[in-house]
Amino acid sequence: MSSSRILTSGNEAAGEAAARAGCRLYFGYPITPQNELTAYMAKRMPEVGGVFIQAESELAAISMCYGAAATGGRVMTSSSSPGISLKMEGISYAAGAELPVVIINVMRGGPGLGNIEPAQGDYFQATKGGGHGDYRLIVLAPWGPQEFADMTGEAFELADFYRIPVMVLADGLVGQMMEPVVFRDPPRRELPPKDWALTGAEGRAARRVVSFYIGAGVLAEHCRKLRAKYDRIESCETRWAETDVTGADLALVAYGTSARVCMEAARLARQEGMKLGLIRPQTLWPFPKAVVRRRAEEGMPMLVVEMSQGQMVEDVRLAVEGRAPVGFVGRGGGGAPAIAEILAAARALRKKA
Amino acid sequence: MSKGYHRPAVLTATPTHYCAGCGHGIAHRLVAEVISERGARGRTIAVAPVGCAVIAYDYWDFDCSEAAHGRTPAVATGIKRALPDRLVFTYQGDGDLAAIGMAEIIHAANRGENFTTIFINNTVYGMTSGQMAPTTPVHMRTATTPHGRNPLTEGCPIRVCELLATLERTAFLARGALNTPRRVREAKRFIEHAFDTQEQKKGFSLVELLSPCPTYWRMTPEEAMEHIDKELTRVFPLGTVKDWKAGPA
Repeated sequence: MSSSRILTSGNEAAGEAAARAGCRLYFGYPITPQNELTAYMAKRMPEVGGVFIQAESELAAISMCYGAAATGGRVMTSSSSPGISLKMEGISYAAGAELPVVIINVMRGGPGLGNIEPAQGDYFQATKGGGHGDYRLIVLAPWGPQEFADMTGEAFELADFYRIPVMVLADGLVGQMMEPVVFRDPPRRELPPKDWALTGAEGRAARRVVSFYIGAGVLAEHCRKLRAKYDRIESCETRWAETDVTGADLALVAYGTSARVCMEAARLARQEGMKLGLIRPQTLWPFPKAVVRRRAEEGMPMLVVEMSQGQMVEDVRLAVEGRAPVGFVGRGGGGAPAIAEILAAARALRKKA
Repeated sequence: MSKGYHRPAVLTATPTHYCAGCGHGIAHRLVAEVISERGARGRTIAVAPVGCAVIAYDYWDFDCSEAAHGRTPAVATGIKRALPDRLVFTYQGDGDLAAIGMAEIIHAANRGENFTTIFINNTVYGMTSGQMAPTTPVHMRTATTPHGRNPLTEGCPIRVCELLATLERTAFLARGALNTPRRVREAKRFIEHAFDTQEQKKGFSLVELLSPCPTYWRMTPEEAMEHIDKELTRVFPLGTVKDWKAGPA
C-alpha cells in the first residue's frame, strides 16, 4: 500500500498499521466483529516475511504471543469481547513477565455471548485488570479507522518502551466502518535494548522470562517495580482531546463511537442555543483525570455518554469528586445511545447546574 | 573410557526441590546431558510447565520461559515460529499436558510444530498434593478419587502417544520409563532422537517418560520403581509409537 489516502475499514487499517510498525508475529482466533483484521494478517504477514497462525483458541493465541514476545519480536493478537475474556489469562502472565504484546479488542455486546453489535462494555475489564492480580495495561481508545491505525502503530512503541502489554480498545463500529486512512509513522522513541529476550544463551548468562516469584518478599518487590512503572506511564502517557469545552454549558465525556455520536449531538445542540463541549479520553488507562478535575473545578457539569450501562462514568466521578454535577447516558447490550436522549439529558443537567 | 560421574555442563548445582525418589531429577539430568553433549546450550530455549517442574529453569543453565498451565505448547509455538533455528522444547507433566493443556498439545502436534515435548507421566498431580490425573490408572486411589478411579464416572487413563500418533504431522513419539538403568539409557536415546527429529526439521516430537511419584503413590522409592514395571507398563506400553525414520507404521 502507498502512503496516500485509501478507503479501508478500521479492522484492516489496524492490521496494516501493525505490519508497518514492524509486527511480524500475529496469532489470532476468529470472532465477529474483528474477522477482517485476522484475515488481513493471514494475507499480510507472509508478504512481509512474518508469521500468521490461526490458533486453536484465544487461550492458545495469547500464549503464542507470550512465547513470541519473549524472543523479542513485535507481536500482536486481536479479538472481540468474549475472546478477550479468554485472553485475560495470558494477558495477566504477560503483564507479570513484562512482555510487550499488543492486544486489540473490537468490542461487541455482552455479557456472555451477547451479540455482535458495537459496544463499550469491556471498559472495566480493560482498565481495571480483567485478568487476575495487580497489574495495568496501557489502554488506547480510537474513535475511527484513522485513529485505529495510528494508535495500533504507536501501541508497539509504547509496549517496547515500557515493556508492557498495550490494549487498543475499539468497538465494532470503529472496526467495521470504512473511512479514508493515511498510514503515518508513529512517533519513534529511543527504545531500550531487549537485553532480557530469549534467543539462546550463546556467550552469555541464561535468561528467564517468567511471572513466578515464589521467594519471600520477591513478588512484593516485583510489584513495587511494576507500580513505579505504572506511575511513570500515568505521568507521561495520559492523552485526551478537548473540543469546544471552554465556555461550554456542559462537557460531554465520551470515547470511541460514543464520542462521534456526541459530536453530532453538540452540533444539533448549537441550533437550540446550547453549547456542548467534548472531553474525549484517548487513553482510558491512564485515565485523563487531571483534565476532568480541572474542568470540574471550573464548575463545568459533565455528561458521560457510553455504550454501556455506566463504566467510565465511575472514573469521571472519581476525578470530579463532587465538584460538579455528573450525568450519564448509556446503553447496554450493543448500539449507541440516541442523540435525542443525549440532548434531553444535557438540557436537564444544564438546568440543574 | 572415563567412568566418573560428572554433572552435565548445563545442569546447575542448585539442589532440586523434588521429593525423595521423584523421577523429575533423572529426567532433568537426561535433558541436560543431551543438550550438553550436542553443544546446544547457546541455541536452546525451554518452556517450563505449571506443576511440580514449575521451576525446572532453576536447574538448567540455558534460556527458559514459563507458560500458563497447559499453554506450554502454545508458548513453545510462539518461540519456535519466531526463532525457527533454535532448539525448543517443552517439559510438561500429565496434568499440564493431558488435562488443561490437551487442546494446545493436540493442535501443536497437528500443525507439526517443529519442537520437542518431554512429557513426564507419573499418573498423579504432585504439586497440588496428589489428585487424579488424566493418566491415573483405573482403581488407583488419589486425593480426588478416594475410593479409586471409577471408569464409569472418571473415565480411563489417556494414552497420549497413541492419541497423537493418529495425527499425520507427528514425526516421533515414544514412551520410556525412568525406573531402571537400562530404561534410563533408553529414555536418553529417545530424547536424543527427538532432538535430532527437530534439528532435521521433521516435525513434532514427544517423549513420554513413566516417572515415579513415591509421595502420592504412597510407596517407598523402591516400591515406586517396581510399580512402574508391574502396573504402569501394562497400561502404558513402552517403546517407539511412531518414528519418521522407520517409515509408515
